Amino acid sequence: MPKKFMIFGQKWSCISFCGDSSSTTTGSASPVPNSYEYVEGGGYSGTSLQYLAAPPTSVPAKQAPPFGYNYPTMHPAYQQNPAPRPDSSPSHGGYNPPGYQPYSQPFPSLSELSSALGGLGGVSELEAETLRPVNLLQERNILPPKYTPPPEPNLSNDLRKVNCSPDTFRCTLTNIPQTQALLNKARLPLGLLLHPFRDLTQLPVITSNTIVRCRSCRTYINPFVSFLDQRRWKRNLCYRVNDVPDEFMYNPVTRSYGEPHKRPEVQNSTVEFIASSDYMLRPPQPAVYLFVLDVSHNAVESGYLNVFCQSLLDNLEKLPGDTRTRIGFVTFDSTVHFYNLQEGLSQPQMLVVSDIDDVFIPTHDNLLVNLKESKELVKDLLNALPGMFTHTRETQSALGPALQAAYKLMCPTGGRVSVFQTQLPTLGAGLLQSREDPNLRSSTKNVQHLGPATDFYKKLALDCSGQQIGVDLFLLSSQYSDLASLACVSKYSAGSVFYYPSFHHVHNTAQSQKFQKDLQRYLTRKIGFEAVMRIRCTKGLSIHTFHGNFFVRSTDLLSLANVNPDSGFAVQMSIEGSLADTSLACFQAALLYTSSKGKRRIRVHTLCLPVVSQLSEVFAGADIQAITCLLANMAIDRSISSSLSDARDALVNAVVDCLTAYRANGSNIQPSGLITPAALRLFPLYVLALLKQKALRTGTSTRLDERVFSMCELKCQPLLQIMRMAHPDLYRIDNMTDQVTHIHTGSVIPQPHLLQLTAEKLTREGAFLMDCGSVMFLWLGKCCNETFIRDVLGYPNYASLPSNMTEIPELQTMYSERTRAFISWLLESRTFHPAFHVVKDDTSAKTSFFQHLVEDRTESAFSYYEFLLHIQQQMSK
Amino acid sequence: MAFTFAAFCYMLALLLTAALIFFAIWHIIAFDELKTDYKNPIDQCNTLNPTVDRVKKIKRVRLALKLVLPEYLIHVFFCVMFLCAAEWLTLGLNMPLLSYHIWRYMSRPVMSGPGLYDPTTIMNADILAYCQKEGWCKLAFYLLSFFYYLYGMIYVLVSS
Repeated sequence: MPKKFMIFGQKWSCISFCGDSSSTTTGSASPVPNSYEYVEGGGYSGTSLQYLAAPPTSVPAKQAPPFGYNYPTMHPAYQQNPAPRPDSSPSHGGYNPPGYQPYSQPFPSLSELSSALGGLGGVSELEAETLRPVNLLQERNILPPKYTPPPEPNLSNDLRKVNCSPDTFRCTLTNIPQTQALLNKARLPLGLLLHPFRDLTQLPVITSNTIVRCRSCRTYINPFVSFLDQRRWKRNLCYRVNDVPDEFMYNPVTRSYGEPHKRPEVQNSTVEFIASSDYMLRPPQPAVYLFVLDVSHNAVESGYLNVFCQSLLDNLEKLPGDTRTRIGFVTFDSTVHFYNLQEGLSQPQMLVVSDIDDVFIPTHDNLLVNLKESKELVKDLLNALPGMFTHTRETQSALGPALQAAYKLMCPTGGRVSVFQTQLPTLGAGLLQSREDPNLRSSTKNVQHLGPATDFYKKLALDCSGQQIGVDLFLLSSQYSDLASLACVSKYSAGSVFYYPSFHHVHNTAQSQKFQKDLQRYLTRKIGFEAVMRIRCTKGLSIHTFHGNFFVRSTDLLSLANVNPDSGFAVQMSIEGSLADTSLACFQAALLYTSSKGKRRIRVHTLCLPVVSQLSEVFAGADIQAITCLLANMAIDRSISSSLSDARDALVNAVVDCLTAYRANGSNIQPSGLITPAALRLFPLYVLALLKQKALRTGTSTRLDERVFSMCELKCQPLLQIMRMAHPDLYRIDNMTDQVTHIHTGSVIPQPHLLQLTAEKLTREGAFLMDCGSVMFLWLGKCCNETFIRDVLGYPNYASLPSNMTEIPELQTMYSERTRAFISWLLESRTFHPAFHVVKDDTSAKTSFFQHLVEDRTESAFSYYEFLLHIQQQMSK
Repeated sequence: MAFTFAAFCYMLALLLTAALIFFAIWHIIAFDELKTDYKNPIDQCNTLNPTVDRVKKIKRVRLALKLVLPEYLIHVFFCVMFLCAAEWLTLGLNMPLLSYHIWRYMSRPVMSGPGLYDPTTIMNADILAYCQKEGWCKLAFYLLSFFYYLYGMIYVLVSS
């Protein structure tokens, strides 16, 4: 099976866990799981009986009337009837907490670990909903009308309350299968999606002399440990019994003694510890920022220097750091220029090194200067820099030597290097050739050159990673610049990549605005230096592969030279031993970093999930968004290591295998149609959306750099961002009313329904907002409501609208306020502001809008219905 | 009983195979160390790949011969010897490994120096498991061929 993912790879020994678990497990925990299994089995048979009583044919009747379940177009019906609220129709919401609550009530007070699995009634109710068979070929409206939270693990209320937030830590299967064999049967990937350094509004920070950890496997104490008595606690990962230190008996929050279970680290699953010097290899270094700027003719022409210098000037005060913060600048064209910013100089001194074959640092001090002491000089330099190169005739670019110089400069301290590049590097080490053949952009055959052309950048990144230097790359080019090779410098040094295709400060204002906003966020966001992240899990589970930007230092340890709050990670897991003797599986991610204030800190996230023994329960707990993201990561690895068509086939096979497995499991389902459990009903849709992503699509003209950038994004963005990229949210916003609203921090936010991504949903009278994560489109139909255009966009009618509007004006009308309130509510949780485009139906820009309508047919790709038929055909093979 | 060229080839191959067996064991140990966290992947790949140290100024390329290439070269060397000695059966038995070596080297990751292993992907569970399995298979092959060469040498010596 060459075209399938190795979801279930070879086993390997996991060394981070204590070996001696056998003696301690049998004590109190084992009898209860056994009885649970017995009870669970009973509960399940009850569920299947329910199926028999209510055959799937009756399911469409549950559908709310205005949605219908046939294929004919239905805009009129959709417009006129406000769609039902999700909580009134169980077929939309996925999970139905109000319905679940009463069932779990009879069993609420058992707070011991072993009883953590909720009540019997609750289980079957929940399963009945998530396992409800859905015939995809008949049910059209499977998209929930508003954002659905991820499935909640089936835990007791006590544990659920303290479990890690799904925004930070998610697992593809919220019910962990007991054995690898069971996982293989389900044909679903097991993995974690992490966003460990996310900006948090509330984070308990703990300062104590001793950080309580397990003696043998070094897991941090967390809410899921059990206290055997006052003095001893039992680890939930290796079940070793540990002693509670004296200090831990005292609770700093309530100032009481003798209640170790009330300590913040036992009450919260996300905590941060201030680490002692045991956790340092060297004293915390100051925050050091080095900016490496391209000043060749091409760069000056694009005008990015102005934008950059202005942004940095504005944010100089807000750069994270303390009094020791240091800053430096290097510019390059065919030579490398350094700037002496020593305090006391009347103006910055430029030093030119033209020996790019063997680049050296002209003077060792004063190139990286204390920001506080030399602030005036830095400001002078930033003011002068855009003007200094206006008449340059230098078209060459010596990026490689400049990076080598940056590495040498940063070696002693580590820190962050931000590289701004506008063209293909043409001189010195690391020079690259153009590899793209424009004629092959839309080929349906294999796409070449997705991997790096040289290992120069990778090697440099590894050196940087070793010296704790993170490299962030901003690529602002209009031509092919071989991002596949250049991105390596960030990939392995835990940096981030930003790409602004055809950037120009005048001709492309949308791009320019986005660059400015991104810089604003980039410069001021939190940063962690010298970081490592270790992921520990319950004995029996082991880590298979990591995805993201980092260097893997050992089986469970990632080395991150820099860690930023906007990057996510994915981890593929495998089940190595049997989890039969446990009822809960735990995962702990510990991120050790130096803050910009020079403090060593450890951020610990712990996630706890139930272990199940039935295949149906595994399906019931599937988190489809997490599965999609993990599959996307795997597909990208596959397309680089093997080929794009292999990766695409593997994605389709993932759906086919999973649905075949489900069909083989449930014998009570009628054979015709394409049946999925309700938990997985969006699986084919999301996979189709992935196949139509820039990263993975074939047949549609895609520039190589854009494709590679899309791949980079899929690999290192957090889950929600990936989902928005893959399957954008579409809303109709011209008829938003205040009726379906949501009150949020005092203001009223209208809540239009999510629409399916098909042109069928668009009407010529409407205005539709599409939110793709990093870009937003406002599509206006030809006969769009004139009041909307006047009140929201400030133009008298459709014809007078300019074709390149990039923002919504602030008008004092109710319409405008409502629209802006909605958009800002969408943007609220987001750190990078998306580019905004107003798309008129008759402009050429509309193709960029229509390419996101993934349910529609394109010349080279299936429509959703065709894709379903294709899957059905594959399954019957 | 005469000391022919073929007999000489077998004797040489016998000695070299003994060396290869040690290489294979070393290879297995190296990957086991990686798996059990004893070593950093960068260091380990540097020992596994032959490193090219470019000495500054003198511009002299010094090839510090390490593991992978010597193994391949030794194997190629006695394959050529068998070819010259017209030992077709022995050559045929070695062909699969020879072609595997060529394929392996052709499909290595993009690298500026010689070598096979990339520190950024080596920790991937699939690749690590593959390399370990490769080590064990080679060990088995070399052990079997060691005894075969012994037999071949005696046979050639006796028959001629």
